[in-house]
Amino acid sequence: MTTALDSTILSLIAFIPLAGALLLLIMPRRDREARWLALGVSIVAFLASLHLPVHLVRSQAGFQFEINRQWISNPNIHYHMGVDGISMWLVVLTTFLTPLCVLISWKSINDRVKEFFIILLVLETALIGVFTALDLFLFYFFWEATLIPMALLIGMYGHGRKVYAAVKFFLYTMIASMFMLAAILWLYAKTGTFDFGSVQAAIRSGQLEGFAAAAPWLFLGFFIAFAVKVPLFPFHTWLPDAHVEAPTAGSVLLAGVLLKMGTYGMLRFNLGLFPEQSRGNAPWIMVLALIGIIYGALVAMVQPNLKKLIAYSSISHLGFVVLGIFSFTQAGLDGATFVMLAHGVSTGALFMLAGILYERRHTYEIAEFGGLAAPMPVYATFFLFIMLASVGLPLLNGFIGEFLVLSGAFRARALYGVLGATGVIWSACYLLWMYQRVFFGKVTHEVNLTLADLDGSERAALWPTAIVALVMGVAPLVWLNAIDPAVRSALSPFTQLASKVVGR
Amino acid sequence: MNTAAMLPQTADYMRLLPEIVLTVFGMIVMVMDAAAEGRGEGRSRGRSIGRIKDRRIEKILGAVALVGSLAAITATFVQAQYPGFAFWNMVQVDSFSVFFHFLVAAVTAVVILTSFEYMEVQQIRAGEYYALILFGAAGMSLMSSAVELVLVFIALEISSISTYVLAGFRRRAAISSESSVKYFLLGSFATAFFLYGVALMFGATGSTNIATIGDVLRSGQIPLLAYAGVALMFVGLGFKVAAAPFHIWTPDVYEGAPSPVVGFMSTAPKAAVFAVLLRIMFEAHAPGRIGLIWVVAALSMTIGNLGALVQDNIKRLLAYSSIAHAGYLLVAYAALPDNGIPAAMFYTASYAAMNVGAFAVVSHFGSAGERYVTLGDYSGLGRRSPLLAATLTIFLLSLIGIPITGGFFAKFYVFSAALQANLVGLVIVGVLNSAVGAYYYLRIIVVMYMREPQQEVPVARIPVGLGFALAISLVTTIYLGVLPGRVLEYASRTATAWMR
Repeated sequence: MTTALDSTILSLIAFIPLAGALLLLIMPRRDREARWLALGVSIVAFLASLHLPVHLVRSQAGFQFEINRQWISNPNIHYHMGVDGISMWLVVLTTFLTPLCVLISWKSINDRVKEFFIILLVLETALIGVFTALDLFLFYFFWEATLIPMALLIGMYGHGRKVYAAVKFFLYTMIASMFMLAAILWLYAKTGTFDFGSVQAAIRSGQLEGFAAAAPWLFLGFFIAFAVKVPLFPFHTWLPDAHVEAPTAGSVLLAGVLLKMGTYGMLRFNLGLFPEQSRGNAPWIMVLALIGIIYGALVAMVQPNLKKLIAYSSISHLGFVVLGIFSFTQAGLDGATFVMLAHGVSTGALFMLAGILYERRHTYEIAEFGGLAAPMPVYATFFLFIMLASVGLPLLNGFIGEFLVLSGAFRARALYGVLGATGVIWSACYLLWMYQRVFFGKVTHEVNLTLADLDGSERAALWPTAIVALVMGVAPLVWLNAIDPAVRSALSPFTQLASKVVGR
Repeated sequence: MNTAAMLPQTADYMRLLPEIVLTVFGMIVMVMDAAAEGRGEGRSRGRSIGRIKDRRIEKILGAVALVGSLAAITATFVQAQYPGFAFWNMVQVDSFSVFFHFLVAAVTAVVILTSFEYMEVQQIRAGEYYALILFGAAGMSLMSSAVELVLVFIALEISSISTYVLAGFRRRAAISSESSVKYFLLGSFATAFFLYGVALMFGATGSTNIATIGDVLRSGQIPLLAYAGVALMFVGLGFKVAAAPFHIWTPDVYEGAPSPVVGFMSTAPKAAVFAVLLRIMFEAHAPGRIGLIWVVAALSMTIGNLGALVQDNIKRLLAYSSIAHAGYLLVAYAALPDNGIPAAMFYTASYAAMNVGAFAVVSHFGSAGERYVTLGDYSGLGRRSPLLAATLTIFLLSLIGIPITGGFFAKFYVFSAALQANLVGLVIVGVLNSAVGAYYYLRIIVVMYMREPQQEVPVARIPVGLGFALAISLVTTIYLGVLPGRVLEYASRTATAWMR
């Protein structure tokens, strides 16, 4: 059943935040109103996005809620949006985290408040655009559009070496995405269209002139842009800097959503457009992913800085996602998608928790804390809960995804599964050890005794993440039954490929 | 011979209407200025009263000039109704010339709007300033419709001479006079090259009419002399558009000249000269085009971008950036005509919008004596004047070539035109250069938003005229970035007409 709303809902979700930003722009400079307006707008966008999971037809593979209008005739660019079971949840993840970002910035952002929320809302629009665009040009457009607001968030509202971090982030991702642009332009020159479906069909028809020679380069063009974003080892060096210097809301969106742009891009474009090259390049990509899992975890373990520790844990977790994607198994891809969502929720929450501590003490050094469970019991409980979710405790959201990824990796190659599984152990090590150093033992610094526990807006920001982490762990099928058909259709060229190899 | 046919017809004048309008308004401004000056001196005893009176007169003169430029825009629409040749095939009105007429007149209007405030803050007697801008604009308009090389030369001189004078208008600043003299000496040298090239071309083909030259060069053997003619003409024109290796004057002249004038001379005369180049390269079928352009474009992009990396003075930085942009634009000249011409035209339009806008911000922020022009002065601008900073940011993003701004599609069309002509090497040079370019534009944005001001730099309120100027440039920049289709389509008409 299609209604008029079905074709406009995606545009609505994507542009409600932008409209809110414009409203803020013309509003007088009053901080209180700006905060409330931003919160209201982001909640409206979240509620609107709930339309998607409610009305998505689970039995049907392919894109839904599509809208396709011509935007520019030369070059032939269409305003083409649509979601499947994978991108839908990423959209919901974005709209879910944004109101929490507003809440967590309620008190911590006091300077240039209006600009902050304008940038945040513009960023939300760009992120939703990335996950819904089905026109390669439109995708690239939104992809680049996320760059500027994020760099501004880090550079304007960050701390420490914020300018260095912002510029590094900007240059890294922009130079990498130029390779993607080159690949997109090649495809356009040969097919005359930017439309994802048409390009895919043209490639699968095998009639594309010069494709065989160009395909490895095209694959790499897309892959480099995505690998820098994920970030895959060895393209990860921008991430710790960006995270440590970013304001809390920036970190939450960076880890929660921006990194997923990379893994989503791999899933959608690398696998979708270049199945054979994906298959051919999978071994070394999986090795890089494994290095990322283990290296990220080991570096996280020795971090004296709380936020850097969480940043490196992101590298480790995103390694799982890449591992799952390039295992080309149903379980692996299901798991990868689920880890994306789970990591978004739990790491987003971890960054919020770290930010709360920073506001009180203006430091992230683990050595500055200790015994915090006594003065801040509620905070400690939240932290424990979220941390266990991140470790991958069964019945919480981290477990399902990692389990599925590992079972997929085992099927692809047992050694990969074994090595990947050590990552779970490592994550338990560094997170539990960190928890012990921060919360248990005696209070070693006098000031820590007087720290205030969570206040209203902080609780409001944390409760939803805790609830979602639990629900995702207990009832993963709510998520998986939408992801499953989308993954199956993403994998369909691979099963054909496999049958070709086997000779059936 | 029929004497009636020798006399210009009404339609001939209509085809020259924008130039006529601009000249007439220029003369009105000049006469009014002289008349007002004579009376003002007699009456004003106290200097302050005299100065206030001067201000009022200048405002009126500026308003007249503004009306003149708006009238020229209207005249362009009238002119567009009379396509064809005029004045014994010396002038041709077609969609191509209309495009550039409109562009020049629009830039003129925006620059005049910017100048109101600038002249007052800098305390410059502005009477003939407005007249010179209008005369210059007349020359530039004429350049885009002239199809006779001798007439092109005359138009080029009209536009150049007024810009030489305009460059020296900050009379109290030595640097401005230096800029003017430098520009004048090198510029007249360059136009001499152009004239020499025209002469050789005449020797090679027996004509100075661009269409006839094209027919001759297309039909048979290309004489060696024609190569020399093209090369020499290119030296002259390359100087005017600040293409490397004829770019040496640019940073010094831009640094010294008044900022609104820089905004003017980095866009309008450039657009006009690029129009002439299009005619010479494509309509006249210039031999040796691709090799010549390849080298000059690659050099301009590289030298411009590398030079800009180390600049601390924002006007010098934008000067180097304009060299780089001349390089990007020239890439289109090496492409095939049917997509190279529209790409080049689109680029001139979007470059004009973003660069005039950027210089409008620079001229406002510079305040009295153009004191605040270094990168350090811009630190913290995002906090002190969020609106001004946001506007400049959008112009800079457009100069980088970020999507949703005109600069993106400008580069996109140019590079894809070059790709279709299989100029892969040149495109790679161009793309690498855009990556380098991103860095120094970004530096300005970073300084504005992420650095704390070292000293208190005052930012005046944005006056109405400047507000309009910024709004026009901003809207155009974004319009070209969101809906480039209409403009490109209009520009494509020329290519089809010339291909015949």
